[in-house]
Amino acid sequence: MNPVLHLNMADWLDMFQHFTALSLLAVGGAITTAPDMHRYLVDETHWLSEHQFTSSIALAQAAPGPNILFVALMGWNVGLNAAAGHGGGWLNAALATLGVVVAMLGIMLPSSILTYTATRWAHQHRDNIGIRAFKSGMAPIVIALLLATAWLLSAANNQPARDWPLYALTLGTLVLVWRTKTHMLWLIGAGALLGALGWV
Amino acid sequence: MPPMPEQAPLNQPRSKTDLFVSFTFLALQGFGGVLAVVQRELVDKKRWMTREQFIEDWAVAQILPGPNVVNLSLMIGDRYFGLPGALAGVAGMLAAPMVVVLLLAMLFGTVSDAAWAQGALRGMGAVSAGLIAGTGIKLMSALRTNPMRMPACLALAALSFVGVALLRLPLAWVLLCTGALGMGWAWIQLARQAQGEGA
Repeated sequence: MNPVLHLNMADWLDMFQHFTALSLLAVGGAITTAPDMHRYLVDETHWLSEHQFTSSIALAQAAPGPNILFVALMGWNVGLNAAAGHGGGWLNAALATLGVVVAMLGIMLPSSILTYTATRWAHQHRDNIGIRAFKSGMAPIVIALLLATAWLLSAANNQPARDWPLYALTLGTLVLVWRTKTHMLWLIGAGALLGALGWV
Repeated sequence: MPPMPEQAPLNQPRSKTDLFVSFTFLALQGFGGVLAVVQRELVDKKRWMTREQFIEDWAVAQILPGPNVVNLSLMIGDRYFGLPGALAGVAGMLAAPMVVVLLLAMLFGTVSDAAWAQGALRGMGAVSAGLIAGTGIKLMSALRTNPMRMPACLALAALSFVGVALLRLPLAWVLLCTGALGMGWAWIQLARQAQGEGA
């Protein structure tokens, strides 16, 4: 059952503030702050049901685009729950949109302003040896992080006897991306098809 | 795969609209990892930047808080057209996918529990792991011009990989430790280079 809410101005402001605080903690992507969002939205305020919370993340990961959009879906669902408290109707669209705007502005504004000012500053001082050392020194590390991300995605499938076709699919994709110009949408489509047919 | 010509001039986005439309297409192709698509399109196809520039920007976008591909589109947009460009980049990355995901939420509410749908997601997950890993391996060629030289780069990469993927240490700690090592060593090498040139 989805919650039926009566949110006032102060509640919306509180949600905005909460997301702005999380924004600057989101090193490595907003998904790293998902546990705290769960504590706030599900456990403390009960603005979202457990099901709404998990399906927001699942849907955003299945859909194209940056995964940060799970935050938009959470705001959307909070808005729908708030509209239910007012009897629904045309308020559904209005409050759901308000929820999206509050959640996305909150999570995006602080980190974007920081990125904007920091990269401008770094660009003005691009000949500074510290800036150059930072960029050169970090380069191999962020490449390693990409490989680690892929590793962790694969490690979620941890039964080699059952999951070897998935490993093979990952390896095959790796080689195709590295050595050929195969369009990525074909690869994603092939993966979806193989999975839907139950072959991997 | 033919190596990229060393000194062929780079292209540029023609306008803020070009930037917006380009990023919209990138974002809509990005299932489970927009980064792989961004690298393929902006570096290999459109040639707006070299692999070296891309990896430098990606390092900054990843270290700063916030969604990293959004940070990246903000940085690239700002470089060509200032603040309006940054806004065009971010809007391109977010607007169309947001409409898609909200439509999906209205139509389906959530991802289906049906075996075929879960299977499709599993298959897509395995492919996106391959996309990300393949992009990482491809970008390694950018390390050839790194002042730290290849062996040190590989050691640093191995250390970070073990920390994050095998030992599962918190990302922030790994970044702090290996980052300090890398920055320190790069600093020494750059200082030596500068001395060599000055002498």
